[in-house]
Amino acid sequence: MTMIRSEVLKSLIPVISDQFVVCNIGLPSQELHLLDDQPTNFYMLGTMGLSSSIGLGLALAQKQTIIAIDGDGSVLTNLGTLPTIGNNVADNYILLIIDNGSYGSTGDQPTYAGKKTSLTKVAEACGCDNVIECKAEDTAQVMKDAIASKKMTVIVCKCESGNIPVPNITMDQVVIRDRFMKALEAANA
Amino acid sequence: MSKHPHDEWSQVLFRQFKDAGVDLFTYIPDAGNARLAELAEEDNETRLVLLTTEEEGVAMAAGADLVGKKSVLMMQSSGVGNCPNYLSFSKGGNFPCLMMVSMRGDYGEQNPWQYPMGQAVDKILEAMGVMVFRVDRRDELEAASQAAINAAFRNNQGAALILTQKFLGAKAF
Repeated sequence: MTMIRSEVLKSLIPVISDQFVVCNIGLPSQELHLLDDQPTNFYMLGTMGLSSSIGLGLALAQKQTIIAIDGDGSVLTNLGTLPTIGNNVADNYILLIIDNGSYGSTGDQPTYAGKKTSLTKVAEACGCDNVIECKAEDTAQVMKDAIASKKMTVIVCKCESGNIPVPNITMDQVVIRDRFMKALEAANA
Repeated sequence: MSKHPHDEWSQVLFRQFKDAGVDLFTYIPDAGNARLAELAEEDNETRLVLLTTEEEGVAMAAGADLVGKKSVLMMQSSGVGNCPNYLSFSKGGNFPCLMMVSMRGDYGEQNPWQYPMGQAVDKILEAMGVMVFRVDRRDELEAASQAAINAAFRNNQGAALILTQKFLGAKAF
């Protein structure tokens, strides 16, 4: 297991490129933007912890599959999201937690998920039904299966911490919102 | 270890906190508190506790105070937005709450998403009765931190030492 988050994201592109994706704050969004910018990507550049909840709101409100990409640190900061997800089943919702055991965007300081806390077990204990912990290199296949299953799924991908240099996303937040809305509206038409 | 870009002032601030009797350092990691957190972890007389969300630290500060211990809560400015309801507990119970806030969304910020929270930090803290002590330049650090320490521990007050991006340098992302 030697993949870092950007490599996991790269491996996922063929599977998620045409999917609606809500992506976690900071570097994960910048990496996804660099690898495969799509109007179907909703990037977050602030407000840590909200990706999974935005994704759930989206999934409950319409029929397209929604993939929320989150991080271990961000899930830990909004841990209340997991009981809400577990008890409000949306079979068009997939939560991917890229668990690299660190707060990547502030300098790779370790999180509790890299120590004694298992987010997989936490998600299960919170009532989430299909919780799959996988190795970094298996993530793309697990994601493919989860999309095909049409069952709400929580994927916890264990990978290494580390960042690559990435450019800023210069798009305004309102532009990110607008193009995502239009793409989703067209898909639901 | 290699010399950290924030090593010099972090050493000074750590010494000031320690001299004031602070032995509990709670934090959510940020570039601006990374070196101070390392110092608190390395020192045998201080304890560093990683939080999962900032408001936990407000309550831990009160818990420590109940046995006469002093603590400092370190966070990025975004985290200030998570704290107000918990700060009502500090204010209502006259608990000290010494905070060190490293700013985003002010001077030189390059990420527009950071502005709304960054620009609301002072107003939110003031609304919750927390005194604000701002550091824009290196030569303001010691006096501002001493003022915050005094406000917190001599007056059982919420007191936030605000390290601005003018002082820290704006993050490149």
